[in-house]
Amino acid sequence: MDAVLWLAIGIVVLVVLVGIYLYNRFVTLRTRAENGWSQIDVQLRRRYDLIPNLVETVKGYAAHERELFQNVTEARARAAGASAPDDRARAENGLTAGLRQLMAVVEAYPDLKADRHFLELQEELAGTEGKIAYARQFYNDTVAKLNTAIETFPGNFIARWFSFTQKEFFDIEDHIRAPIEVDITRDA
Amino acid sequence: MFEQIAANKRRTVLLIVGAFVFLGVIGFAIGQFWGGGPTGLIIALVVAGGLSIGSYLYGDKLVLASTRARELSPADAPRLHNIVEGLAIAAGIPKPRVYLVPEMAPNAFATGRDPEHASIAVTQGLLESMNRVELEGVIGHELAHVVDRDMLVGTVVATVVGAGILLAEFFMRSWWWGGFGGRRGDDRGGGGAALPLFIVGFVLLALAPILGQLIKLAVSRNREYLADAQGVLLTRYPPGLIAALRKLGASPTAMHSANNATAHLWLNQPSRFEGERTGRLESLLATHPPIAERIQRLEEM
Repeated sequence: MDAVLWLAIGIVVLVVLVGIYLYNRFVTLRTRAENGWSQIDVQLRRRYDLIPNLVETVKGYAAHERELFQNVTEARARAAGASAPDDRARAENGLTAGLRQLMAVVEAYPDLKADRHFLELQEELAGTEGKIAYARQFYNDTVAKLNTAIETFPGNFIARWFSFTQKEFFDIEDHIRAPIEVDITRDA
Repeated sequence: MFEQIAANKRRTVLLIVGAFVFLGVIGFAIGQFWGGGPTGLIIALVVAGGLSIGSYLYGDKLVLASTRARELSPADAPRLHNIVEGLAIAAGIPKPRVYLVPEMAPNAFATGRDPEHASIAVTQGLLESMNRVELEGVIGHELAHVVDRDMLVGTVVATVVGAGILLAEFFMRSWWWGGFGGRRGDDRGGGGAALPLFIVGFVLLALAPILGQLIKLAVSRNREYLADAQGVLLTRYPPGLIAALRKLGASPTAMHSANNATAHLWLNQPSRFEGERTGRLESLLATHPPIAERIQRLEEM
């Protein structure tokens, strides 16, 4: 009799402990995903800040590429103004494409490629693009963990009771090892 | 890649369990001779634990000072700082401090007791000889040590193994000076039956310091494979670390501040001598797995 009672109490305690563990895990993952998202935001903004400077520097050597400068500036404004994740991702892809074009143009101007200020900006840009990619990687990994935890048993019950919801992935193009920065930094 | 990481973690757990078993067996063996109960074991644990906690808390400053590392500002090395910051974001940890070691041999290490107090140091030679993707590979490896809290793992292993070695040495010395020869006779009625056990225990205790070192080195080598795999998980680009390891292996430059006390920390075992060194004994006594083996495992991912 007593044994059965203790067993029942033990099972209840165990269930409650598992529940607390799962709940805390959801909270941790959600906070981590939110941090990841704001980290992406920080890095994307850092890139916006770099662009006017970069455009000005390139202008000094290649003034007649006016259309390209305008494209990049507009793409930057669009990306900075977008709010919904998928709008933003699309705008960011446009901006990345513009920047790539800009960097391709640079190839034709040896003086520009040797400009110290330009080289610093280029390193900043490459570094920031790397950080964007890494921030996105961290965010998406965390979201994948969160989404899996929400869907699998027994977490799905806890998630429903406390209304933890799945998050969206952030899909932008992978810049990290794109040709944008390679030529100068490699074997420099 | 994930299977490799899981297998490495299992192996580390196994080795740590092995270290505890090692301590337990030594404690038991001494108890057999001494009959003194666990007092000696506890004293050895406390002494070794105290030393290890000290090195856990202040080891990073000591290591950085002994390698003559100086802190680098973002303006000194923008590219390195960008890479460290980026990979720290990928790992979800605060950005570690960045140090430069004035050595021409390419190498790097990470230290600090937890991700909040971490430092990464690279040599001048590494900074000069590696391109961006290779640097990323190296920094990813070092950050993996930080994320995995290898300083903590090292501390636990050093404590347990250290206590075992302390005990064994203390025992051997006191036996050598004949401090308790008489008591052994008192404990056991029939001396003949206990003799084989006595010999086994004696040999074990005599070999304990060597055995303990081997366990420590095995843990160290295993953690290197783990950091390789997890570092690549951060950069998502195995060829970067592979290329960096190739350069490291090919570099003939010797490291001046190389010594046994800090050898396990580096990205690759620092050599005091110019050129290659190999040999079966050396691979058993190495803090790091051979570069060729590390590259091969990376290529399999």
